[in-house]
Amino acid sequence: MTPNFGSGWLTLFYKEMLRFWKVSFQTILAPVLTALLYLLIFSHVLESRVSVFDGRVRYTAFLVPGLVMMSVLQNAFANSSSSLIQSKITGNLIFVLLPPLSPLDMYAAYVLGAMVRGIVVGAGVLVVTVWFAPLTFAHPLWAAAFALLGSAILGTLGLIAGIWADKFDQLAAFQNFLIMPLTFLSGVFYSIHTLPPFWQGLSHFNPFFYMIDGFRYGFFGLSDIAPGVSLAIVTTFCILLTVLTLVLLQRGYKLRH
Amino acid sequence: MTPAVEITGVARRFGSVQALAGVDLAVQPGEFFGLLGPNGAGKTTLISILAGLTHADTGTARVLGHDVVTDYRLARRSLGVVPQELVFDPFFSVRETLEIQAGYFGLRDVSAWIDELLHHLDLTARADANMRALSGGMKRRVLVGQALVHKPPVIVLDEPTAGVDVELRQSLWAFIRKLNAEGHTIILTTHYLEEAEALCGRIAMLKAGRIVALDSKQNLLSSFAGLTVRLTAERLPEGWRSRVLRAEGRSHLLSLADYAELERLLAALREHAIPISELSLQEADLEQVFLRIMARAH
Repeated sequence: MTPNFGSGWLTLFYKEMLRFWKVSFQTILAPVLTALLYLLIFSHVLESRVSVFDGRVRYTAFLVPGLVMMSVLQNAFANSSSSLIQSKITGNLIFVLLPPLSPLDMYAAYVLGAMVRGIVVGAGVLVVTVWFAPLTFAHPLWAAAFALLGSAILGTLGLIAGIWADKFDQLAAFQNFLIMPLTFLSGVFYSIHTLPPFWQGLSHFNPFFYMIDGFRYGFFGLSDIAPGVSLAIVTTFCILLTVLTLVLLQRGYKLRH
Repeated sequence: MTPAVEITGVARRFGSVQALAGVDLAVQPGEFFGLLGPNGAGKTTLISILAGLTHADTGTARVLGHDVVTDYRLARRSLGVVPQELVFDPFFSVRETLEIQAGYFGLRDVSAWIDELLHHLDLTARADANMRALSGGMKRRVLVGQALVHKPPVIVLDEPTAGVDVELRQSLWAFIRKLNAEGHTIILTTHYLEEAEALCGRIAMLKAGRIVALDSKQNLLSSFAGLTVRLTAERLPEGWRSRVLRAEGRSHLLSLADYAELERLLAALREHAIPISELSLQEADLEQVFLRIMARAH
């Protein structure tokens, strides 16, 4: 029974995965079904009415990567935020606070757990929606990079929300008034070039827009913004949030009194 | 020798409440140490600071010489804490809970030790049951298992037997005694003072964030060797109320210096024509010592 210093985070990461896997009906299958319903309804209503990328891509095909990325983002956020708030409210967070886990250990475990869930759900959405439209994979590495960065960002935001919230109400507010609007107004369902100039301009202040647009570039080789610019913006955003979260964890903000 | 626990000048305020007001304390390796005090005395705050769950405003806390802030990894690895609240993770079974807790401390391949823990805590038959399916007493025993799963040299038990039935309490104490005999330092807080009296070699008593008594159990018992009298009467004569340790209805528990003082009390009752319906003498025990110290401490 020899302790391996610094390996505790691997167990926390494993625990985070086991936690969502044990309720996979709710954490994986349900969001896949929701995304499928979005696709069926929106594609049925808008396929013949909306033209994207000057008609070079069918609307349903355009929608699939958007829905995949939206699922990745929302589920990454849901995983870290719900895990932390549940642990805080039930009091079992003490089992994570008592062991010799560093702020970086906690960050890595919670965010990686969130990334895994987001990407598993995203893959599930891709598998069930890909049959409805011909998809290309022009630059799969770009798509993978944006999926990884996007899930890391939302996993980190979930961690921040879980640290900040003292009750489920506050977490729901964070989710409903920040995450959900930013996701829905990020170009999941439309290209920002179809928006009036004011809303186009505003969309450039939404970091989620760059994640979705960059991810979609990986499929079609087409995007509203140059993918390199999106990657730089998303990477910077990820680094800033990571630093903020590590500071919060280091100070024990709302975790250690 | 490096103390198992060393607390120096620790103070902590929560808003207007001074939870700890400069506590100094050292517990030597191998001790079975009792930390007693009424609700709100600061016991749990002190334990939380030791465990790194709460930051002290001033002062330092060390576990086996490791500062709990600057050297927190080694301090936490040396410490096992059984928390007061009955908390658990509803996603996991008993065995998973213990394996995960061991993993947080960087331990792998601990199934033999977990089997031993489950045996000593009488949980073997429920090892694969979900935590939600356990009774309160069983959940409490899993908490004890989680605190011991990394074999910490210093073990803090914060009210470990609350809600545990008598038989299991005995087996739990036998196990803790065994750990103490093997060299583990035990720090116990409990409201069952007879448990503290039976188990602890040295005791600290806290009141309003300050240590008001700190000595060996024998010294504490002998320094308060007076008589304790329980009598049932409608009232007490003037001048005797200051001797009351506890009063419930007509029943009064009084602390007296000796038999001569008892004689004076009886004379005063006769003089005031106050009939006694029941009277008994009690030997000095830790509960009476505790009550007297708390009554005189301001």
